[in-house]
Amino acid sequence: MSTLHIDRTSRWFGNVVAVNDITMDITPGVTGLLGPNGAGKSTLINMLGGFLPPSTGSVTLDSTPIWRNQEAYKEIGLVPEREGMYDFLTGWDFVLANAELHRLPDPAAAARKALATVEMEQAQDRKIATYSKGMRQRVKMASALVHDPSVLLLDEPFNGMDPRQRMQLMELLRRMGDEGRTVLFSSHILEEVEQLASHIEVVVAGRHAASGDFRKIRRLMTDRPHRYLVRSSDDRLLASALIADASTAGIELDYSEKALRIQAVDFGRFTEVLPRLAREHGIRLYTVSPSDESLESVFSYLVAA
Amino acid sequence: MYNQTVARLTYKALLGRRRALILFALPLLLLIVAGTVRATTGMDDEVTRELLGGFAMATMVPLIGVVAGTGAIGPEIDDGSVVYLLAKPLRRSSIIFTKLLVAIAVTVVFSAVPTLLAGYLLNGNSQQIAVAYAVAAAVASVAYSALFLLLGTVSRHAVVIGLVYALIWEALFGSMVSGARELSVQQWALSLAQKVAGSGAGITSDVGLTTGLTLLLVATVGGTWYASRRLRTLTLAGEE
Ligand SMILES: Nc1ncnc2c1ncn2[C@@H]1O[C@H](COP(=O)(O)OP(=O)(O)OP(=O)(O)O)[C@@H](O)[C@H]1O
Ligand SMILES: [Mg+2]
Repeated sequence: MSTLHIDRTSRWFGNVVAVNDITMDITPGVTGLLGPNGAGKSTLINMLGGFLPPSTGSVTLDSTPIWRNQEAYKEIGLVPEREGMYDFLTGWDFVLANAELHRLPDPAAAARKALATVEMEQAQDRKIATYSKGMRQRVKMASALVHDPSVLLLDEPFNGMDPRQRMQLMELLRRMGDEGRTVLFSSHILEEVEQLASHIEVVVAGRHAASGDFRKIRRLMTDRPHRYLVRSSDDRLLASALIADASTAGIELDYSEKALRIQAVDFGRFTEVLPRLAREHGIRLYTVSPSDESLESVFSYLVAA
Repeated sequence: MYNQTVARLTYKALLGRRRALILFALPLLLLIVAGTVRATTGMDDEVTRELLGGFAMATMVPLIGVVAGTGAIGPEIDDGSVVYLLAKPLRRSSIIFTKLLVAIAVTVVFSAVPTLLAGYLLNGNSQQIAVAYAVAAAVASVAYSALFLLLGTVSRHAVVIGLVYALIWEALFGSMVSGARELSVQQWALSLAQKVAGSGAGITSDVGLTTGLTLLLVATVGGTWYASRRLRTLTLAGEE
């Protein structure tokens, strides 16, 4: 059993702060690292994988630092985000080479087992260059598993996979977590993380925004006032009608946008009340758009909370 | 230090890519020219020296050195696949050392060996000219491999920089500007060729034997050391 510790860690590139004073422990089981594009997920994973030194703070496996410590790779299996992977080799040669590089006592047996785990035996004699995205991902996975590591780090492993491949990989990662391995994967898709991770760490703009199981994260995301941007034929009339209803918490007349900014308390009721009130008052609705449905604003809400 | 698996991967990467064609093309060209010259003008020490010195040593050896040296590591760093070597309990210096040996082997096979063959073809090794140039090509192969391997760990544009060095500095500039000639792997290696061939053969170098060998050694050891250092602190840049 291994635990990864990130302790008051920051990482900056020039004057871009990619990771900003994050402290978290990644324990055995499956942890999802969730955050929008540019949040700092890859930067964190690269530091955990020993490919980037933290600017400040420490990143350790149990209690040994990972940067410039190649012995750590006896415990760590890495599934990088980038595609480059010796395309001129067959899947078998690639996984076997990985087993040999780990100096395993029986590399061929280890390669066979790893390829079986990801169900790639049928295609193992084809060149990697001919593989689909999902097959490449599975062979990468096999190369990461070949030395039976206690820690697995995966950067965006589901990217470009079709639903069936996604299901299979999720199944596999779940099994790895159940076996007591420390599995960390990153994603910018909430549903993906929810389905798989027993524990979620949310990172936004380099900061550690939230942490917990998916119910807790969901609650943080849904128990908030929903914001809408509405344009209509008579904004003032609509505003006065809406404020009388309990589903609305607040309304602002935005002069520059020529629109109403509405905070709804009860999402379900609001979507039903708005069209009804408009009809009753003879108001035409031009625009109704949730102003913070995008993941970005969901996350910025979390950061503010 | 030597790692069999790293070597196998490096050989496949070097010989499996399209770039490898140049490895076959240049020596082939040299042999064809040598054969043609021999058939049309017969044995001639002067012509032999010009072809081996002017083409083999000045152009072919550095070009093959660029392809083998940068190709042994550059593409892996570029496409990120080097991660699979680095994420292993493996000393960085052993990765570099192995790749250096592979690059040297490839450069020697594709430049020093054809130089020797071409020399025999041209004048039957009269005045030891063939052996002298082959020995020079071999020691130059070692230094070029180390320097271009280092270049491969330092810059994404290793091939271009290497080509500029090989073609402009070694082949053109080096034969015209005297200051440049002393800082040239070619000249260092030629100091050995001069020694091997003896005075009558007319092979000359701009540096003395001791200086030449010392500089070759410094370049090789220094280049290898610094390349290991680079690899130890190689960071994985995200997509920029
Ligand atoms: N090598 C680098 N040089 C400069 N800036 C970098 C570098 N790597 C990352 N960054 C910056 O750091 C921030 C975090 O990047 P990172 O790749 O960690 O995000 P991410 O969460 O993995 O995003 P994505 O979902 O797009 O993969 C971004 O603003 C990015 O531009
Ligand atoms: Mg990323």
